[in-house]
Amino acid sequence: MNGVEYLAGGPEVSNTPLPAYSEEALIFLSDLSAKLLHDPRTRAYPDVTSFGFWCRKANLQKLKEECADRESRLGRGLAFHVAPSNVPVNFAFSFAFSLLAGNGNIVRVPSKNFPQVQLICKSIKQILPDHSEIERRAAFVRYPVDQAITTGFCAKADARLIWGGDDTVQAVRSCPVKPKCIDLVFADRYSICVIDGESVLQADERSLKKLAENFYNDTYLMDQNACSSPQLVLWLNGGSEARERFWGAVAEYAGNLYELQGMTAVDKYTQLCEDAVERPEVEKVLRQNGNLLYRAELSGLPENAGDDLRGRGGYFYEADLSELSDICPVVNEKYQTLTYFGLGPERLRKMVIDDHLRGIDRIVPVGRAMDIGVIWDGYDIIGTLSRIVQAG
Amino acid sequence: MIEDFFTHSPYELSQPEKEKLLLTELRALTHHHYNNCRPYKNILDAMGTDIERIKRVEDVPFFPVRMFKELDLMSIPRDKIFKVTTSSGTTGQKVSRVYADMETAMIQQKVLIKIFGDFLGKKRLPMLVIDSAETVRNRQLFTARGAAIIGLQMIASKQIFALDKDMELQKEMVCEFLREHAGQKFLIFGFTFMAWQHFYKELLKMDERFDLSEAFLMTSGGWKKLQSESVSREEFKARFKEVCGLGHFLDHYGMAEQIGAINAECECGHLHASIYSDIIPRRHRDFSPCEVGEPGILQMVSVLPHSYPGHSIISEDEGVLLGIDDCPCGRKGKYFEVLGRIKKAELRGCSDTYAAGF
Repeated sequence: MNGVEYLAGGPEVSNTPLPAYSEEALIFLSDLSAKLLHDPRTRAYPDVTSFGFWCRKANLQKLKEECADRESRLGRGLAFHVAPSNVPVNFAFSFAFSLLAGNGNIVRVPSKNFPQVQLICKSIKQILPDHSEIERRAAFVRYPVDQAITTGFCAKADARLIWGGDDTVQAVRSCPVKPKCIDLVFADRYSICVIDGESVLQADERSLKKLAENFYNDTYLMDQNACSSPQLVLWLNGGSEARERFWGAVAEYAGNLYELQGMTAVDKYTQLCEDAVERPEVEKVLRQNGNLLYRAELSGLPENAGDDLRGRGGYFYEADLSELSDICPVVNEKYQTLTYFGLGPERLRKMVIDDHLRGIDRIVPVGRAMDIGVIWDGYDIIGTLSRIVQAG
Repeated sequence: MIEDFFTHSPYELSQPEKEKLLLTELRALTHHHYNNCRPYKNILDAMGTDIERIKRVEDVPFFPVRMFKELDLMSIPRDKIFKVTTSSGTTGQKVSRVYADMETAMIQQKVLIKIFGDFLGKKRLPMLVIDSAETVRNRQLFTARGAAIIGLQMIASKQIFALDKDMELQKEMVCEFLREHAGQKFLIFGFTFMAWQHFYKELLKMDERFDLSEAFLMTSGGWKKLQSESVSREEFKARFKEVCGLGHFLDHYGMAEQIGAINAECECGHLHASIYSDIIPRRHRDFSPCEVGEPGILQMVSVLPHSYPGHSIISEDEGVLLGIDDCPCGRKGKYFEVLGRIKKAELRGCSDTYAAGF
C-alpha cells in the first residue's frame, strides 16, 4: 500500500495459525531477547531492557506451563495491532502476546520516531531470516494517519488489538472487518493507589526508600501519563505523619531523577489554581520540592473521579478512607489498576468481586503498575487471541 | 496609591526605589483582589498564602495566565464593567477576557501615554495604523489588537487606517498620507506580522519611494510568526530601512492581561519595564527568581489592574534579564529579552494517543 513503511517483514503476512506457545514462537522470542539484552545500545532504554527480560526463554517457558489447555489451542489467524503513539515499546509486547497465541501479525508502530522502536524493529529484522515460520507471519509498519490504509489492514484481520485513547478506538473500530474478527480494546483507563498509613510509619528507612522508588517508577517514570499510573492516592489510617513521611520520601527520590519540563511546571501550577477555584472538594494544595510534587487534598471522593481527577508529571490527588469500601461507590469501568502498600491483595480482590465493582482489573503492589503481562485490562490476552479446538 | 507613581517619569527610579513603591501597591492590590474576587481568594487559601508575609516584590503570589481563558475573573460588580478586552488567540483557541471598570481603563490609558511619551515626546503625532478600522468597531468587546489601537489614539493627533475590511492596503490614501508626512516625525503602528505583510511588502511593490527616516514604526505582537517565515528582528529593521529609510523602531512586549503597562524597546534594542510594572524570570523547577542572564519563565507584575486580579501573572513565555539600572540608553530598572513561548511538554505515557489521528 502506498505510504506504508515496513520496518520489518513485508506486505505478505500469512494467516495460517500456529499452536499456542509454539516452539517456533518461543525460540524466536528468546532469540530476540538475547539479541536485545546483549546489544549495548539497549542499556540506554530501561523499557527495552524490560521487554527483553520479559521474553527470555525461562519466562516464556513458565507462561507456557501456566497455560493449562495450551495443547488444544491454535491461533485465530491474522492480528492487526494499533499501538499507542507515545509508549515506545508497547507494540513489542502486543506483538509478542499475539505471536504466543499463534497468530500472524501486522503491527502499526508509533508514528513518533522513538529510538526504542528502531532498535527493536532492527533486531527483529536481523533475526527474522533465521525463523522462516515467524518471518512469514510478521510485519511492522509505520504510516501517517490514513483511514484508507487502516481499512485495508482491518479487512484482512481475524483479530484487532487497539491501544489508545477513546477517539483512536472509535476510529479503528469504524473500519469494517470479517464477521468473526474479534477486537481487544485497550482504551483510556484510570488508576489509583491505596496506602496503609500505619505500614508507612512502621517501615524502616530502607523499605521507605524502596517504596518511594517503586511509587516513582509507577508514576514519574511515565510522566504519570500511562493508564496504569495512579492519579489518586487513597489513605487508610493516613494520619498526617504517615503522609508526610511517604511524600517526603517520594519528593526526595523524584528530586534526584525527574526531569521536570518548563511547560509541565506551568501546567501543574495552572491545574492547582483551577482545582482551587472549581473543585469544592479540593481543600488544600501542597507543593513539595519546588514544582516536583503537587498534592491536592480532597475532603471527599467526587463521583466522577475516574474521568476527572487526573494529573501529569507529578500532580496527585489524595483522600482519606475511613474504610476500604469507601471507594466502591466511585469505581466505574474506567478504573484499571489499583496499586497497594501495606494491605493484602486478596482482601482487595474480594472487595472488587463481592461489591460487584464495574472497574479495577488489576491489583498489584506499588512498583508493579507498569508491568504489562499476558493478563491485561481484564483480558486473558493469549486465551482470547487463540481458539480452542474441542475434541471428545 | 497609583497617584504616587504619576509623580515620577516612567524610567527614572532605580530598581531598589522602584521596588519599594511597587511592593506597597502590589500588597494593597493583593488584599483588594483577595477581598473582592472569590476565585482569587480560593487560590490563595488553597496554597496557604499569607499576604502579611509578602516582604518583597517577588513574594507576591502569581496567577497563571491561562486562568483568564478559563474563568471570568473580576474584582468589581458586573455592572461596573466598562470594557472587556480579549487576547488575540488564533481561531479555535480559547481567548482571555479581561474586565476593566472606568478607573482601570483610565489608568491603563494614562500609563500607556506616559510610557510612549518617554520615547516619542509629549506632542501628539499623526499615526498610520496598519490595520482595518473594523478591528476597533465593536467597543464592547475589543481584541488585544483593537485595544492597542484604541489605547494609542491618545498619543496620536489622528489615526488613519491603512487597510480595508479585507485587509487590503488602501493604496491611494496611504500614499497620500506618506507624501504629506515624508521627512517629518510621525507614527506607524501595526502588529509585527501585519506591518511586514501588509506594509513592507506593499512598499516594496510600489514605484514611488518615500522618505520615512523621521517616522517611528511602533510594533507589538511578537516575532514568532515572522520567524517562522525566516524574518529575524534584525532583518525586519534592515529591510524597512532599505525600502523607506525608516530609522526609528519602537517594539513593545505586553500581555492582554496587563494592558497599559507595556514593556517598550529602547534604542539599544532592549525591552524595559517601567516603574508601573516589573518582570521576574523564574526557574521552572521551583519558580525561584533567576539571576541576570539566566533564562526563565516570565512573571509580570503591574500596579494597573484594579478591576481584575491581573497584578501578578506568570506567563507561558520565556525570557532573560539583560541587566538592572545599567542600560546604555539611561533608563533605570530591569531590561530584558523575550525568548519565545515555553516549549510544549512532551509526555510519555499512553493517554491521548492518536486523538488527532485517523
